[in-house]
Amino acid sequence: MDLSLSTRAVGDRTVVEVGGEIDVYTAPKLREQLVELVNDGKYHLVVDMEGVDFLDSTGLGVLVGGLKRVRAHEGSLRLVCNQERILKIFRITGLTKVFPIHTSVDDAVSATD
Amino acid sequence: MATVELRFSALPEHVRTARLVAAAVARRAGVDESVLDEVRLAVGEACSRAVGLHQRGGIGGTVRVALTDQEKRFLIEVEDEAGPAAVPAPGAAEGGDPDDDTLGLAVITGLVEDLEVTKGADGGVIRMSWPVSAASVAV
Repeated sequence: MDLSLSTRAVGDRTVVEVGGEIDVYTAPKLREQLVELVNDGKYHLVVDMEGVDFLDSTGLGVLVGGLKRVRAHEGSLRLVCNQERILKIFRITGLTKVFPIHTSVDDAVSATD
Repeated sequence: MATVELRFSALPEHVRTARLVAAAVARRAGVDESVLDEVRLAVGEACSRAVGLHQRGGIGGTVRVALTDQEKRFLIEVEDEAGPAAVPAPGAAEGGDPDDDTLGLAVITGLVEDLEVTKGADGGVIRMSWPVSAASVAV
């Protein structure tokens, strides 16, 4: 399975819906998408990972890179994820302390802290 | 000898194949369903790391994945040909972020209890093993 990406604006936030597998092969596509959004002046991103079947450290690296980019513009990058096997990877690497992780897109979009 | 052995050109597009094969062979060997996700992820990380070492070193070559069904353990070895110390080549291929390597090893270390990472003259080997359920019956 390949990676699918779609974006939509919700208020001043941009929701990036990701589906499929994020690994060493597909992660560059996600990186390009995040870079493009930041270049377009979209600094408040919500990455919806509910449709992600597989995530590895390359994908984590891309998300960390995205976070660095939006923070350079005082932006934010929030994640939406309820899948235990994906959340486990964030916990193992200590990244649950780095990313705000929400249970729904609505929750992530309305979050302000 | 390995139960199943896989060799692939050190390219990112083949890592998924290695993950799928490893998970299928592990399942057949009797590795518990609940840890198959870990096996899949750990093999993927080890292969991604191997591919990254090759790419950062600007060298071709193959990655070897050996899957061995031992009596009580299921052993996976991932071997690269990236040399003794993969020195970043100037203008090496995209995706060669050393941070990825650190993160990848962090994931493997967090997932796998029985883990050994060695580095030889020709390249490195990551050895990992998981228990095989005694009740398993090959069908």
